[in-house]
Amino acid sequence: MNPVPLYVAIPLGAAFLIPLLGMWWKKSGETLAVLSTLVLATMAILAVGTPAMVHHMGGWTAPLGIALVSDGLTVLLLIAINVIAFLCIVFSLKYMTAYTGLTKYYSLFMLMVAGMNGVVVSGDLFNLFVFLELASLASYALVAFGVEADELEAGFKYMILGSVASVMILFAVGTVYAVTGTLNMADAAREISTKFSGAETNPALLLAAAFFLMGFGLKAALVPFHAWLPDAHPSAPAPISAMLSGVVIKSLGVYAMCRVMFHVFGFASTSPSSAIIANAMIALSVLSIVVGGLMAIGQWDFKRLLAYSSIGQIGYVTLGIGVGAHVLATGGTRSLAALAILGGLFHLINHAAFKSLLFLSSGAIQYATGTRDMKMLSGLRKRMPITAATTNIAALSISGVPPFSGFWSKLIIIVATIRAGHPAIAAIAIAMAFVTLAYYVKVQREMIFGPVRGRAESAREVPAAMYVPLIILAIVCVGFGLLYPVWGSRILEPARDALLNGAEYVKLVLG
Amino acid sequence: MKGMTLIVKTITDFVVAFIVVFGAYIVLYGHLTPGGGFAGGVIIACAFILLMLAHGSDAAFAILPAKVAHILDSAGALAFLIIGWIGMTGGFFFLNVFGRGEMFRLLSSGMILPLNIAIAFKVGSSLFLVFAALAMFRRRSFRAMIEEELS
Repeated sequence: MNPVPLYVAIPLGAAFLIPLLGMWWKKSGETLAVLSTLVLATMAILAVGTPAMVHHMGGWTAPLGIALVSDGLTVLLLIAINVIAFLCIVFSLKYMTAYTGLTKYYSLFMLMVAGMNGVVVSGDLFNLFVFLELASLASYALVAFGVEADELEAGFKYMILGSVASVMILFAVGTVYAVTGTLNMADAAREISTKFSGAETNPALLLAAAFFLMGFGLKAALVPFHAWLPDAHPSAPAPISAMLSGVVIKSLGVYAMCRVMFHVFGFASTSPSSAIIANAMIALSVLSIVVGGLMAIGQWDFKRLLAYSSIGQIGYVTLGIGVGAHVLATGGTRSLAALAILGGLFHLINHAAFKSLLFLSSGAIQYATGTRDMKMLSGLRKRMPITAATTNIAALSISGVPPFSGFWSKLIIIVATIRAGHPAIAAIAIAMAFVTLAYYVKVQREMIFGPVRGRAESAREVPAAMYVPLIILAIVCVGFGLLYPVWGSRILEPARDALLNGAEYVKLVLG
Repeated sequence: MKGMTLIVKTITDFVVAFIVVFGAYIVLYGHLTPGGGFAGGVIIACAFILLMLAHGSDAAFAILPAKVAHILDSAGALAFLIIGWIGMTGGFFFLNVFGRGEMFRLLSSGMILPLNIAIAFKVGSSLFLVFAALAMFRRRSFRAMIEEELS
């Protein structure tokens, strides 16, 4: 049996079963959410190394019916989403006891997972939009889950800007449909490559590409479209912040952008319009890296600092991918483009690991001390040794200190940027990597080390249900860097090859 | 007095049954004529919303308690998913494995009819609950909220 529809069906079933059973069985949310995310995470890990496959919904073959596709890029994202979802659910078991309405929380959480898995496996533009809305709507509600004034405000702001992005994406989907007469991504790609030889001869397609870039850029919080993120991510409960920063902005933003740009619009072919889009992507990335990094320095709210840092790090991810796209569009060598894209995807999965770890750590600190204001905390190393250690590992990893994972991905991105002929951009990326280090040193100096002062005095280490996910993620952060030869060729390189070979995607879906 | 005037109440009592029957028709014939589960579900929900407007929310909840609506809400979505799962017995998610029947008859087109019914329960009860939630938040006036904010 083809397992691809299960990635959507299992969390969707759990999401509807939880409130139904929750009327008679108080623990339905916890039990079902843990079970279903565990099954999903196991499935995603077991999917590594399997050949790419397509599931035709209802037995209707590709251009007519909706295709669910699983290739290398999908598997990479599925692993990130489902493993982090499982760890966040385990963390929630203890952390969320302070909140009420937990069946709703777990139900919304599973809806969000269903939406993200749907975006990742969908092979149909409109279906992608529907799943994107499903995940977004669930995340709007989850951001405001605390229903305090500032949480509601953040949720509302996120909802308005998210809806703007959704309208952009819907408009772009409509434009592609008007031009090509199909919504199937592979079929649209074939139409565009044969009839229009890229997006060249049809300005409507360029407009659609611009709308996609803006819509997915807003979901990914690239800089001119980032205003919602610094409010939304700190306001959400910590496991939700970890999901939002760890995987939501990547699956709804970066992944969808890559899939549409590379596979539908055919970046892999040499053309001036592809170069324009790639240049726009690089410009947005550089802006994100600079603004996100500089804004993070001045923050004293730990979660807000992490949120700004997310903007900067997403910039590195899209910089790698944008440079790769630019190399392809200007007729550069394929191996150089492959290197840049590999760096981007490597940083994507690294960031998923260390940023969710940092947000979960911030949740643990808030749980133990009742605050996330760094001025009120000092010397947590002595009071909460495990949380302090995992925060340290994540901070070193994200700021690019060798041998942690973040160093290698940033190194690949910067080397590829220099070799592609953008030394100025590479210099900015290096400078901002030091800024990243600077504000994480600030985090360590203020919160982790130093004498025990303020709220830290009465703090105690969090229960095992909370620190076990932290330890697992910390091991992942170290492992990604040191064990690259073991996992890189199995997970990362198939993802890069899937992104580079648009023709193979078309052949896979249409047969 | 709860609800609206006697005229509205009397007319509501007259038309509610017809609205529900019409909604059920739209749902059940969705695979043959224009309409379907979503449209029919909205029409049925409108009947309950009309009751709530005319007689007050207690009258509507007496017929369809919030808890029942919550159950129907989740059960409708779950039924939709389960029907999709039955398709997996033929190898594909949402494969139409039920008998197609004779064309243009009520019991035809396999799983489309059960899917329409599942959607109708989901959409109808959700819309009713959305309206009920809005009615609950109506009590505190905007002016009172502003004054509270200023004080």
